[in-house]
Amino acid sequence: MDISIVSLLATLIVAATPILLAATGELIVEKSGVLNLGVEGMMIIGAICGFIAAVNTDSPLIGFIVAALAGAALSLLFAVLTQYLLANQVASGLALTLFGLGLSALLGHGYSGIKPPSSPKMEWFGMAELPVVGPIFFNHDMMVYFSIFLVLVVWLFLKFTRGGLILRAVGENHEAAHALGYKVIRIRILAIMFGGACAGMGGAYLSLVRVPQWTEGMTAGAGWIALAIVVFASWKPWRLILGAYLFGGVTILQLNLQANGFDMPVSYLSMAPYLVTIVVLVIMSADRRRASLNAPASLGKIFHASS
Amino acid sequence: MTLIEIRGLTKGYPGVVANDDVSFDIDKGEIHALLGENGAGKSTLVKMIYGLVRPDIGTMTLDGESFAPTEPRASRVKGVAMVFQHFSLFEALSVAENIALGMENPPKTNALSNQIREVSLKYGLVLDPNRLVGDLSVGERQRVEIIRCLLQDPKLLIMDEPTSVLTPQEVDALFTTLRRLRDEGTSILYISHKLEEIKILCNRATILRHGKVIGICIPKNETAKSMAEMMVGSKLKTPQKTVTNFGLPLLIIKNLSLKSTDPFGTSLKNITFNIRAGEVMGVAGVAGNGQDELMLALSGEVLTEVNSIQLENNFIGQSGPVERRLHGLLTAPEERLGHAAAPDMNLSENTLLSGFQRQKLGRRGFINKSGAAAFAEKIIEKFDVRTTSVSSAAKSLSGGNLQKFVMGREILQNPKVFIVNQPTWGVDAAAAAFIRQSLLELASGGAGVLVISQDLDELMEISDTFTVISEGRLSEPSPIKGVTTEKIGLLMGGSKKI
Amino acid sequence: MIRLEPRTDPSQTMIILTPILAVLATMVVGGILFVTLGKNPFEAIRMIFWDPLFGEHAFYYRGQILVKAAPLIMIALGLSFGFRAGIWNIGAEGQFIMGAVIGGATGLALYPLDSFIVFPLMVVMGALGGFLWAMIPAFLKIRFNANEILVSLMLVYVAFNFLIGMVTGPLRNPDGFNFPESRSFQDFPAAHNPELWAGTGIHLGVLTTLGFIILAYIMITRHIFGFNVRLAGQAPRAAKFAGVSPNKMIAICLGLSGALAGMAGLFEVTGPAGKLTTTFPLGYGFTAIIVAFLGRLHPIGILLAGLLMAVTYVGGDIIQSQLSLPKASIQVFQGMLLFFLLAVDVLVNFRLRISKRISK
Repeated sequence: MDISIVSLLATLIVAATPILLAATGELIVEKSGVLNLGVEGMMIIGAICGFIAAVNTDSPLIGFIVAALAGAALSLLFAVLTQYLLANQVASGLALTLFGLGLSALLGHGYSGIKPPSSPKMEWFGMAELPVVGPIFFNHDMMVYFSIFLVLVVWLFLKFTRGGLILRAVGENHEAAHALGYKVIRIRILAIMFGGACAGMGGAYLSLVRVPQWTEGMTAGAGWIALAIVVFASWKPWRLILGAYLFGGVTILQLNLQANGFDMPVSYLSMAPYLVTIVVLVIMSADRRRASLNAPASLGKIFHASS
Repeated sequence: MTLIEIRGLTKGYPGVVANDDVSFDIDKGEIHALLGENGAGKSTLVKMIYGLVRPDIGTMTLDGESFAPTEPRASRVKGVAMVFQHFSLFEALSVAENIALGMENPPKTNALSNQIREVSLKYGLVLDPNRLVGDLSVGERQRVEIIRCLLQDPKLLIMDEPTSVLTPQEVDALFTTLRRLRDEGTSILYISHKLEEIKILCNRATILRHGKVIGICIPKNETAKSMAEMMVGSKLKTPQKTVTNFGLPLLIIKNLSLKSTDPFGTSLKNITFNIRAGEVMGVAGVAGNGQDELMLALSGEVLTEVNSIQLENNFIGQSGPVERRLHGLLTAPEERLGHAAAPDMNLSENTLLSGFQRQKLGRRGFINKSGAAAFAEKIIEKFDVRTTSVSSAAKSLSGGNLQKFVMGREILQNPKVFIVNQPTWGVDAAAAAFIRQSLLELASGGAGVLVISQDLDELMEISDTFTVISEGRLSEPSPIKGVTTEKIGLLMGGSKKI
Repeated sequence: MIRLEPRTDPSQTMIILTPILAVLATMVVGGILFVTLGKNPFEAIRMIFWDPLFGEHAFYYRGQILVKAAPLIMIALGLSFGFRAGIWNIGAEGQFIMGAVIGGATGLALYPLDSFIVFPLMVVMGALGGFLWAMIPAFLKIRFNANEILVSLMLVYVAFNFLIGMVTGPLRNPDGFNFPESRSFQDFPAAHNPELWAGTGIHLGVLTTLGFIILAYIMITRHIFGFNVRLAGQAPRAAKFAGVSPNKMIAICLGLSGALAGMAGLFEVTGPAGKLTTTFPLGYGFTAIIVAFLGRLHPIGILLAGLLMAVTYVGGDIIQSQLSLPKASIQVFQGMLLFFLLAVDVLVNFRLRISKRISK
C-alpha cells in the first residue's frame, strides 16, 4: 500500500473545506434559533451558479461571489416561509433542498463535462517549499484560508461583539429578546441569509476546486453532513474545524484505500463517511446535559410576535 | 410634583375593551399601586406606558412633555424602566450579558461588571456579574432585572407582580430597596393584587376593574377588605371548611428521590409524607424549588423507585399515568395550555387526555366520540365553564374557564387521591373561590387532596396539614393551626424546621 | 400593512382550500418557468396535467399513474403518522431500498422454488427490512437522543451503497452477462408481481395500498393511537400527561413508516422495476414526503396528493420527450408545490389583516 501521509493531510483539508464553509454558516443560523435543513439545496445551487458564473467570466472569484449571492437568495425563500408565514421549519428546509436539487439540475443542463477556470494557489512567501508542513498547510487555494478566517470572524463576532450577544440572546429565548425590543425576525433573516451565502460558497468550492466539474447531485449529502458537524461542534465555532477535518479525513482515507486496491468492495468503503457521521452524532447527542447547555434553547421553535 | 399624567387611555382588542378611558397621575418620589383582578386591564395599561402597545385613544405626559413611546426603547430613553412578572432573561448567558442586553449603550464588559457590583451593594441586591442566570434562584433573577433597570437611572420604575415569586424575607428586602429608591426621588408603579403589601408599601393606589378606573385611594386609610371589595365589586364567598376526622392513609410517599434531567432544574431529595382520606395537604414554596419535579413524579410522567409511591395497597413508583389513573390517582399540572390540555384540540377531545381509560370513553382502543362529548358537557355544566360548545378549541377559553374545565375533568372522575399544582393561578376571584370549594368538597367526600401553591393565603384557607418544599426537600408536615407566615417564610428560605 | 392575526379555531374551509390554492399557484409560477425555458406555458401545463389522464395516449399513461402513485401513497401513509407526532423520518428512500434488497434477496435465495408461499414471504421480509432499517434511527434517538433526521438521511446513502455492493456481488445474476443487476423476477413467476389487468398498471402493491388507505383512515379518526399521534405532535407535554410514552411513539412511528416503505420497495422491485439494479430507486422515498404534506398528513388527502404527484411524474416524462425539457424541470415543479403549500398553510391558523396604520 502506498499512501503518503503528507498528501493525505493536504487533500483532507481540501475535502473538508466545502463542509466547513456550509457548517460555519449553519452555526450562525442555529445560534439565532433557526434550524435550516435546506443546506444541501443551498450548497448545490451555489455549486451550479458559481460554476456557470466562473465559466462564463473565466474568473473563479466571481464564481464564488455569485455562488454566495445565489445561496443567500435561495435561503430568502426559506426565511420568508418560516419567519413570516410561520411554516414548519423541518418541512420548509426539506422543500428548499428538493427545490434546490431540481433547480440546479435544470440550470446545469448543458454544463456537464466542462472544465471551470482553475483557482490559483496562494503564495506564502515560498513556505510551500518547506518539507512536510509546506504541502500540508501552505499550498492551498484562497478559499481554504478564507474558510478558516471565516471561522475566526464568526468566533470573534459571537464572543465579543454586541451583535453576537444579541444573536445568541435571540436563539436562547426569542420571547425575552422580543420583550426587550430586539427585532427577532429581522435578525433571524439576516442569519439565514448568511447561512445561505456560506453554503453557496461551500457548494461552489466543490464544483470549482475539489472535483472540479459540474454533475447533477454532486453534493452527495455534504449539506447533511455539515448539519451533523454543527451538532458535533456543540455550536462552538472552533470545533467546526475539528469536525470538518475529521469528516474530510475519513472521506479521503476511504478514497485512498479504494485507489490502492484495498481488499474491500468499493461500495462498502463509500459508506464509511456516512457511518462515521452517525457515530459522531450519537456521541455528541448522548451527553444530554452538555448538549442542552449548548444548543440554543429556541432552536426550531416558531416565533410569532403578538402585540 | 407630578411625574407622569395619564389621560383617557383606551385600548381595544377583538371582543374586549382592555382599557376604557383610564386617567390617573403618578407623583415624583411616590410608590403608586395599580390594583386589580386578573383581566382588569393592568397589563395592557402598563404595556402602553412602556411602549409595547399603542393606545387607540388617550395621551400621556412625562415631566411636562408629551409621551407616546412606539417601542420599549423609546420609553427607556425617556426614563421609564420595567421589571416584568415573567422575566426576560437568558439562562445560558451571564448576569452581565443579560444586563447588557437590556441596556441601550452598555459600557464595556469590565466597566459594566463594576457598575453592577456598585449598584448591587448600594441597594442590597447581592449579585455576581459572572454567574450564569440559569444557576440563579428566582429571587436572584429578579435582582438581575431590577439592576438592569437601575443602571439606566430611571425616573419611573414599573414592577409587575414582583412578590409572587419571593419568600417573605425577600419581600422585606425588596421593600427596603424600593423605599430607598423612592426617597431618592424615583417613582415606582407597583402592580399587584396583594392588598396587605400595598397597604404597607404604597402611597396611593389606582384601582382598575374591567378596564376602567374605579377609584384612587390611599391604602393606609383603607382596609384590605375595603380595597378587595373595590377590586371585585361584589361580596366574596369564603370557602367553608368542615372539619373531619381523617381516614386511613391513601397516598404514602417514602424517600422519594429524583435527579432532575434539566440542568437548571431541582432534584428531589428523600421526600416523605402521607395523605389520609379526607385530608387536604398544602405544599407551600416559591417557584423553582422542585414543585414541577414533584408533580411529574407523582403523576407518573417520570418514573421513580417502585416502593417510593404507594397508593393504598399498590406500589406505583414504576407505573405510568394511565395505570395510576386506573388506581385512582389523578393530577392537574400547573401549565393549563400545553400540559393539562392540548390547546388546539377541542374540549371533547381534551377529556380523552385523562378520561379515556378511567371514564371508559373507548372500547378496544376505539374512541367513543359521543361518550367523550357527553362527559365534556357534564364538566361544562357542573363547573360553570363559559364556552360556546364542546367543540371549542381549548385555547379559545379564558384562563379561568380552562382551569375550571381541567379541575372539573379530574374531580368528576371521583379520584381517590387528587394532586393539583397552582389550582387558582391567574384565575379570577369568583372562579378561584369555586375551585377551592370543589377541592374541599372532594376531601369531605373521602378523597385525599394535595395542593401545591405559591399563594399562602389560599393554602392557609383550605389546608388541614401544611408543609413547605424548598430546594427539593419537604419540611415535616404539621397541622395548619399554629403555622404563621413568618415560620413559613423561614422554611421557604431554607431552614429545615420551624 | 399586512398582519397575521391568530384565529381562535383553525379554519375548516382553509384546510380544504389551501392544497387547491397551492396547486394553482404552482401552475402559474411553473408556467412562468416554462416561458423562460422558451416553451409555451399552456402547452406544457396541459401536457403535465391533462394528457396523462385524457390525452391521446392516456390509455397507456393512466396505468403508469397507478404504478407511480401506489408506492408514493404507501410510503406517505407510513410517514404521515410520524410527521403528525413530530418524528421526522427523512430516510424512507433508504428503507425502501433495504426492503427491496432484503425481500428480493429472500426470493432469489429460494429460486427456482415454485410455491405460493414465496411471494408473501418476500413481502414480509421486505417490510421487515424496511422496519429494521428504520429502527436504527429510532433506537439511536431513544437511547442517545440522536437527531432522527440526520441519522435516517445518512442511512439512505449507506443503503444505496449497500445496494450497489449487493448487485455487483452476492446478488448478481449468475445467468446474466455480468451486469450489475440481479436475476429478473419475471423469470421467476413465484416471486413476480405482475400487472393483474393489462393496461391498468394495477399490481398487488396497488391493491395493498388501497387496503392501507382504509386502515390508516380508521386509525387516525377513530382509534386512540391516531389521537395520541396527533396529541404528541401538537402538545408533547399534554401527551406525556395523558400517558403517551414518547419512546414507544418514536419506535412505533419509525417502525411503521419503515415497514411500509420497505414493502413498497419490494412491490416495486418485483413488479414495475423487474429486478434489483443500481438505478431502480427513483426517489419515491423523498417525493413521498411532499405527498404526505400535500395531503395534509390525512389518508384521503394523501390518496389525492399521491395521484396528483403521479400525474406530474408521467407529465414530466411527456414534456421530456415532447418538448425536450430536462427531467429536472418536473422536480422543480414538485418542489414548488411543497413550497406553495407551506406558504398558504398559514391561512389555516391565521387570518390576514390589512390595516391602515398611521406610522409616526
